[in-house]
Amino acid sequence: MQAFTQLNGLVVPLDRANVDTDAIIPKQFLKSIKRAGFGPNAFDEWRYLDHGEPGMDNSKRPLNPDFPLNQARYQGASVLLARENFGCGSSREHAPWALLDFGFRAIIAPSYADIFFNNCFKNGILPITLSAEIVDSLFKAVESTEGYKLVIDLETQTVVTPDSQSYAFEVDAFRKHCLLNGLDDIGLTLQHVDEIKAFEAKRKQAQPWLFN
Amino acid sequence: MSARTLYDKLFDSHVVREENGTALIYIDRHLVHEVTSPQAFEGLKLAGRRLWRINSVLAVPDHNVPTTDRSHGIADPISRLQVETLDQNCTDFGVTEFKMGDVRQGIVHVMGPEQGATLPGMTVVCGDSHTSTHGAFGALAHGIGTSEVEHVMATQCLVQKKSKAMQVRVEGKLGHGVTAKDIALAIIGKIGTAGGTGYAIEFAGSAIRSLSMEGRMTLCNMAIEAGARAGMVAVDETTINYVKGRPYAPRPEQWDAAVAYWSTLHSDEGARFDAVVELKAEEIEPQVTWGTSPEMVIAINGSVPDPAKESDPTKRGGIERALQYMGLEANTPIDQINIDKVFIGSCTNSRIEDLRAAAAVAKGKHVAANVKLAMVVPGSGLVKAQAEQEGLDKIFKEAGFEWREPGCSMCLAMNADRLEPGERCASTSNRNFEGRQGPGGRTHLVSPEMAAAAAVAGHFVDVRLLLN
Ligand code: SF4
Repeated sequence: MQAFTQLNGLVVPLDRANVDTDAIIPKQFLKSIKRAGFGPNAFDEWRYLDHGEPGMDNSKRPLNPDFPLNQARYQGASVLLARENFGCGSSREHAPWALLDFGFRAIIAPSYADIFFNNCFKNGILPITLSAEIVDSLFKAVESTEGYKLVIDLETQTVVTPDSQSYAFEVDAFRKHCLLNGLDDIGLTLQHVDEIKAFEAKRKQAQPWLFN
Repeated sequence: MSARTLYDKLFDSHVVREENGTALIYIDRHLVHEVTSPQAFEGLKLAGRRLWRINSVLAVPDHNVPTTDRSHGIADPISRLQVETLDQNCTDFGVTEFKMGDVRQGIVHVMGPEQGATLPGMTVVCGDSHTSTHGAFGALAHGIGTSEVEHVMATQCLVQKKSKAMQVRVEGKLGHGVTAKDIALAIIGKIGTAGGTGYAIEFAGSAIRSLSMEGRMTLCNMAIEAGARAGMVAVDETTINYVKGRPYAPRPEQWDAAVAYWSTLHSDEGARFDAVVELKAEEIEPQVTWGTSPEMVIAINGSVPDPAKESDPTKRGGIERALQYMGLEANTPIDQINIDKVFIGSCTNSRIEDLRAAAAVAKGKHVAANVKLAMVVPGSGLVKAQAEQEGLDKIFKEAGFEWREPGCSMCLAMNADRLEPGERCASTSNRNFEGRQGPGGRTHLVSPEMAAAAAVAGHFVDVRLLLN
C-alpha cells in the first residue's frame, strides 16, 4: 500500500449527499477480476452521457460537461470534497480502487458510511471528517476559486487552506500508523500468530461445533 | 459483572487481542462469492499465503448467474470468467463451493443460514454489505471489503473497533399484511440511511420476537441500509428450532452444550445502549419507497413528497433530483403510480416464507396487462425445490409470473435480468439507488405481498384491501 504523509492537492467538489458506491463504480465494472483500471469508470453514470460497459474505449465516449470531474479547472484533482454519508451502500472495495486509480488520495466530507471508510484506509486513501459547516465553507471556497488547493498533513492531522486557515481532524491511531508507513495489515496481524492459535484452540474446546 | 448487551457478548467473546481500542477479532465463518473474492485470492497467491482455516470458508456464485436456462452456462463472457475464477480459486485453495447446478447454490445470505453454516454466537463475514442478514441468528455478522476478505483468509481475524450499540425496539402486534420488510423500511424512514452509522443495531421488542427467522433475516438484512454494519436479534426458541437438523448445525452429541451456550445470547436486563429507537408495531403500515434512497419511503396511503416544503437546501436538492430520476410529480398518491415490472427475490425477500406470502396474494389472480414482466427468483435451489413441492410455482405461473433459477438477479442486474431506462419496478430487494436494477431503471422497494399486489393491480395498492 502506498503511504500517505502529506498532500498539496487540487480539490474537486461533488455536491451531493448519500453518494453510494454504485454511483462511484457501477456494477457492470465489478466483473473485473483485477484491482487496477477502474479509474476511467469512476462515477461512470454521471461522468459520461452514454451508458458504459466494460471493454469500451472510454476516451471516445461523450463526457457530461456539467459533471465537475470533467471540467478543465478540476483536472488533476487529488482531493474529493463531498457531502454527508459518502460511500454508502454496497461494500465493494472497487469504489476506493476506482477513486485511487482516478488519482484521489484524500476525501473530505462531514460523514462516511462505515465499510467504505474502512476500505479507504486499506488502499492508501485518507478519508477526512470535518464538520458540516466547515465542509460547507470549503464548497463555497472551491467553487469561487479556480485552482483551489488544500494542504493535508496526516502527521499533524491538519487541513490547511490557501489563506492559511487550519482545520484539525481526528484519525484512529492504528490506522494513522498504517497509512503513514504504508503497512500491510496482514503482515501486522501475522506477528500475532501464537495468540491467534491459542485463542482458536480454546474456542475449539469450548464450542467444538464451530469447527465441524 | 455488569449488564451487557448482546453485541458486547458477541464482540468481547471474539477478541484475540486489543491495543489502544483496536481489537483483533476471531472470525468463525467466512462466506465468499464471485464478485468480491478474485482480488483477495490473487493477493494470497502473490504473497504465497494459504487459507488459515479452510473449513471456515464456504463459497457460492450468485451475483452473475443466469436465472433462465442454465444448460448452456453463462452467456456474458466477463460474467462467466468471474464465476470460473471462483471455481478455480476454490479448487486451488480447497474451499467448499456450491457451484451453479448444485441444488444448494443460491444467494450467499440465503445459502448460509439454510445450511446451518450461520450459527448463534458466531462471527460471520462476507465481502458483501448484506452480511448483516446473519445477525438474525444472534451472530455478529457484517460485510467487509476485499482487502479484509484477504485478511480473514490469511489470518482468520479482522482488525476491528467496537461500534456503539443501538437498540431498536418494536413493541406490539403487526397488522395483517404488514411484514418484517415494512418494519425495516419504517425504521429507515425514521432514522435515515445514516441513522445507524457507527452502531451495531439490536432489534428487540415483542413484534420482533414474534417474527419468524425469515422475517428476522429480512430485518437484519436491511440494517446496512440504515447505515449499521451489523444488525442482530437475540437467540430464542425460534432461532434454535430453525437451526436444528441443518447440515452444518452442531452434531447430536454437541447439541445440548450448544443450546446451553446460545441461550445466553441476549442483552441482559438493564444493559445500556448508546441509542434507543422505539416504534409501535400497530402504527406501521405497508411501505413503498418513492425515491432513490431507502429512506425516501412512505406508507401506501401516502403521497410523494413536495420539495417546496423542505427547508434544508441539501435535502430539497436531493428530493428534486430523486423525483426527476424517478419520473414522479410531487404530491402524487403512491397508489396511483403504475409499474412496468415486478421483481420478487433478493437476499432480503426470497426465502420460502416470502414466496408463500406473495403466492397467497397472487393466487387465482392475474398479472395486470400493463405489467411487462413479473418474475419470481427463489433465493436458492433448495428454496425453489421446496416452493415447487408446495405448488407455489404453479400459482405464480398461472398468475402470469415467470419462475426462475436462484441468484441475485435483478436485485443489482449484474446478470441479464435488468430494467430498461425509464422502466418502473416494484421490487422486494433492498436498494433503490439510481441505476441499481439497470441504467435509468426506477425501483420502488416493497414487501413480497405488496409486490404481488402491485403485479396484479398494475400499480401500487394496499395489499390489505386484497387480503380482506
Ligand atoms: S441479492 Fe442483491 S443485495 Fe443480496 S447479495 Fe445479491 S446483489 Fe447483494
